Amino acid sequence: MSGPAINTREGILPPICEQPRDFLTPHADAVLAQVNSVFEWFGSLGVFSWRVIRAAVTPPYEWRELVRQLDEVGSMSLPLVALAGAAIGVVISLEARYSLSRFGAKSMFPATLVYSVIQIMGPIMTGLIVSGRVGSGIGAELASMKVTEQIDAIEASAINPYRLLAATRILACILMLPLLTLAADASGLLTGWFAQNLVEPLSFHQFIESGFKGATFNAFLPPTFKTAVYGLIIGTIACFQGMSTRGGAEGVGRAATNSVVLGSLFVILSDVVLVKFILVVFH
Amino acid sequence: MATACNTAINEEQRPNHVGAAAVAVQQLHKSYGSHNVLNGISLSVNRGETLAVLGRSGTGKSVLLRIIIGLEKPDSGSVCIRGQEIAGLSVDEMGEVRKKMGFLFQHSALYDSLTVAENVAFPLVHHRREMPRSERDDCVNRLLSEVGMEGNLSKMPSDISGGMQKRVGLARALALEPDILLLDEPTAGLDPISSGEINELILKLQRERQMASIVVTHDMHSARTIANRLALLDQGNVVIEGNFEELQKSDIAFVKEFLKQS
Repeated sequence: MSGPAINTREGILPPICEQPRDFLTPHADAVLAQVNSVFEWFGSLGVFSWRVIRAAVTPPYEWRELVRQLDEVGSMSLPLVALAGAAIGVVISLEARYSLSRFGAKSMFPATLVYSVIQIMGPIMTGLIVSGRVGSGIGAELASMKVTEQIDAIEASAINPYRLLAATRILACILMLPLLTLAADASGLLTGWFAQNLVEPLSFHQFIESGFKGATFNAFLPPTFKTAVYGLIIGTIACFQGMSTRGGAEGVGRAATNSVVLGSLFVILSDVVLVKFILVVFH
Repeated sequence: MATACNTAINEEQRPNHVGAAAVAVQQLHKSYGSHNVLNGISLSVNRGETLAVLGRSGTGKSVLLRIIIGLEKPDSGSVCIRGQEIAGLSVDEMGEVRKKMGFLFQHSALYDSLTVAENVAFPLVHHRREMPRSERDDCVNRLLSEVGMEGNLSKMPSDISGGMQKRVGLARALALEPDILLLDEPTAGLDPISSGEINELILKLQRERQMASIVVTHDMHSARTIANRLALLDQGNVVIEGNFEELQKSDIAFVKEFLKQS
């Protein structure tokens, strides 16, 4: 389809290069709209984060709600995280024993298991599990409160919902993630040792001594405490998704799904940065 | 010492804004995209007075209430609560203004994870932190008996009817002894008997507490029963404001049609 002719001082010029423009314009518009929505999302997230920070640092502090959320995020996630840690411990034990035997490095087994669980699998696995369990829970709960006007009712009662609902949940995630990671690590090491012990007897004392030989705090503390950043990401994204929901039951479902998907994605992406940061700063 | 739950109003505690309406909105504009919801509305309500805001669905009645309590911001215009302009107030300052306002939501908006008693206690727990537990429980009992909901303390909101939820919502709205009460469709979705009971309850509370109230409703019977003045909205504007008799005498076609259909 040709476009309109162009009227100039020199006369009427025929339309030129119309076809490629017509072909590209809808695609370019769609891409621009997508890019725009991504920037809008980050902008809204920034505004939300600023409101939460401002609410969190000014009294009154919602200690009671914080304790309730620590229980919700921590105690309630503990069995799941410990079980997943146990499974990971067994899997790493089986894989490591097989691989190390092939290279005649069986004596490296305890150290391999300890480093694999504590530095790599424990933190990321805990982050992903908490993102799934807690992120979806927070996202769905707050979204449901939003669409039924309960968050408006809190605000109308002169209570800051960013302080009561968001700050407490985000802080609970930040505080609980490292503790849950320790639980996952302990569980993984225990079952890893147990799986090894079934095949080739090795005392737990020997296993620990050999596994942690020459290890420093720098090798284990940063990977554990980096999960506080995961907690920040999981809590912030879930609260943001929940509190900015629109559109009834469908909106609640979307908020829960987005909380898990985006939370998990950003946990993995942040891990790339955090691992590099830890390697540069602590090693 | 006067507590937050005293049924009778302590006159000495009320700030005296001589000449200032409890709620005054001036030239309020609000639009969503290209849709103008409020188109320069001006209204005011004095202490002890009840204004019913009527109009067709989508004429911005609920939006007006949400703007008055600060849940939404107007595009332009001013909202004064007890003589204080709320535009530009910080979150904490707006919180102080809201403490003197009660809001009954259209669908009650009770916290579904809390019991009836916990719902009513919620504002007290957060704003009367120094109040002993026993005193708070007494307050909750008194508020619930005031709205006829004594004996339902431990029930969950999902276990009670819509009319009962409205009553609990009303008790929660009254917990901080507000000077201003905003009611969004208090009788919507209720049977005629429950509607009548809610109307009676609102009238009784008005007599006892002398609040300034704004009631948004479709229900002309309810509006006639509980309001001193009525304001009819159409296309974001106040078409007519006055008592029911004044509305009946009006020659405006929209007013006649509205009254005829109600």
